[in-house]
Amino acid sequence: MAKRPQWSEQRAAIIIAEHQNLAGALLPILHALQETFGYIDDNAIPLVSQALNLSKAEVHGVVSFYSDFRRTRPGRHIFKVCRGEACQAMGANDLLKSVQSRLSAAVGGTCDEDCFTLETVFCFGNCALPPSVMIDDQLYGRVRPDTIDALVHDLRGAQE
Amino acid sequence: MSPVTVYVPRDSAALSVGADQVVAAIGREARQRGLEINFVRNGSRGMLWLEPLVEIQHASGRLAYGPVTLENVADLFEAGFLDGQDHELALGPTDEIPYLKNQHRLTFARCGITDPLSVEDYLKHDGLAGLRAAIRLTPAEICQTVRDSGLRGRGGAGFPTGVKWQTVLDAQSDQKYICCNADEGDSGTFADRMIMEGDPFSLIEGMAIAALGVGATEGYIYLRSEYPHAYQTLKAAISIAEQNGWIGDSILGTEHAFHLDIRIGAGAYICGEETSMLESLEGKRGQVRAKPPLPALQGLFGQPTVVNNVLSLTTVPVILAKGAAYYHDYGVGNSRGTQPFQLGGNIRCGGLVETAFGITLHELIYDFGGGTATGRPVRAVQTGGPLGAYLPTSFFQTPSDYEVFTENEAMIGHGGIVVFDDTVDMAEQARFAMEFCTHESCGKCTPCRIGSQRGEELLASIKTDGGTPQRFQLLQDLCDVMRDGSLCAMGGLTPLPVESALKHFPEDFGEDAIAQVAE
Repeated sequence: MAKRPQWSEQRAAIIIAEHQNLAGALLPILHALQETFGYIDDNAIPLVSQALNLSKAEVHGVVSFYSDFRRTRPGRHIFKVCRGEACQAMGANDLLKSVQSRLSAAVGGTCDEDCFTLETVFCFGNCALPPSVMIDDQLYGRVRPDTIDALVHDLRGAQE
Repeated sequence: MSPVTVYVPRDSAALSVGADQVVAAIGREARQRGLEINFVRNGSRGMLWLEPLVEIQHASGRLAYGPVTLENVADLFEAGFLDGQDHELALGPTDEIPYLKNQHRLTFARCGITDPLSVEDYLKHDGLAGLRAAIRLTPAEICQTVRDSGLRGRGGAGFPTGVKWQTVLDAQSDQKYICCNADEGDSGTFADRMIMEGDPFSLIEGMAIAALGVGATEGYIYLRSEYPHAYQTLKAAISIAEQNGWIGDSILGTEHAFHLDIRIGAGAYICGEETSMLESLEGKRGQVRAKPPLPALQGLFGQPTVVNNVLSLTTVPVILAKGAAYYHDYGVGNSRGTQPFQLGGNIRCGGLVETAFGITLHELIYDFGGGTATGRPVRAVQTGGPLGAYLPTSFFQTPSDYEVFTENEAMIGHGGIVVFDDTVDMAEQARFAMEFCTHESCGKCTPCRIGSQRGEELLASIKTDGGTPQRFQLLQDLCDVMRDGSLCAMGGLTPLPVESALKHFPEDFGEDAIAQVAE
């Protein structure tokens, strides 16, 4: 995952302008902002509300409704663990515990070196090869604790 | 020597177990040996336990090898797999593998065979035949054909697709929409993802037929954010379809325009509920709407809207191409045609099985699925997603039929089947069903929003402190309120996994539960 730029009002304004004429523009705008900055900055709310002629409360309501939208800057990699039933049937709950301890991060939290933000998801549609995790946009199936070690090691190593 | 064509899927499931790395390794090995290879990144055949499944084009047809790992690649070359030679991973002609051979692939006819973004492949394998047939019909005839086929909404509700289309056709408006619900959130389901990644043109063709059928000029695919590969494939497919004049200002040279766009969800399961999805498409919180008005009359931006699942729409082309009777001939009772079942969870041979309705869970789980992955006995299956019932093995001879499942307090839903072995704790699964509802409730109605919270607490206390008759009575009351008082299926169906777990597996809830169920 490339380094994410710091929050910039100027850059946000450009992103908003690119999408604001779409029908139902709010979600596409929020996705684009998060794609760039990794989260929805507090300062984005008034900008978006002005561009779409919505109240700040309405924009906040949408941001907070959807679990995808983060409100704080995440780590360099987003580590998602599936908690769906199909993955549970193959040990997803134990896998999640082992990921938590390996990353030393709680769900929703970011590990010490800012390397990983840990999130849980209900289903990646990889239910025949469970349990699954996704790191950034890369999906992994039939994951075992030793696979996690190797992945985490590689990604941590890549930073140094 | 002319290059050998080698197929390695680009499907997310195949990628999740290293398909890209296998392609790179085969490429490297071939270069070292001075051999030329023409790679085709096809969709998945749906035999997911064999992924990455590598196929080679042989004079006799396609031959399969799998599951191929990096360690096997040199060995495969040594054995001469490019000439179709035998190897311990050799599976023979792909089409003869019983798992595939015993299916009725109508919706998934092309998936895994073609390059998903190749126009040439699509046309060579009957692509656009449905749309071309639709152009020769009046809108009313299109709706009638879909109605006569008996196709019912594959998202889970099972409402007749043709009836829905007719309602939108009859509605008077200058602007109508086709919305494809690709928010496939049920755990245990991946058929939408597979076909969007493996045969995206079929979805575009199905939506174009729907547009002609009801007189719509704009369409949206509401895709969940958990499917980044499906997004990339669909985006490319839409652009190719526009360049080729299949959709856009004109559908295949007709006067009918149809513009198609993709919108991405944001991790809310509830947006698979059609009215919540429409709210989300409008850029709002995904809170469900009260019905009526039906979306068919007042849907997206208040206009008449067809909301169909991916599988319903991808099935429409074959119905138009081969006729309603052809499709209707498959199936049982009022469940006509085929259902793409998805075998997941603790299963040895997980994957996609498209067969005519009527097949039993026993056939699916044992004949196709080969029992559990762990080798332990099957104890329970959950069908129809997180809001579906947990069923014991005594149910396995029941034919898959919407009505028969409903009579047995179960549902087929989107065709997902999640298998659990005998280590499963059903009291924990019941608790999780309530927890899931607390996460995913849209919060609009009280039975769902608060009921799920109380349900989770109650089941947690039954698990830790044991059940008492009072607690089970309370749980029963709570389930009744949620089922009868919720605005949509989220709260309305959450009691189903809870009550079925309690009914079929009372021993996991303590002695009082057994007595309670016996009453």
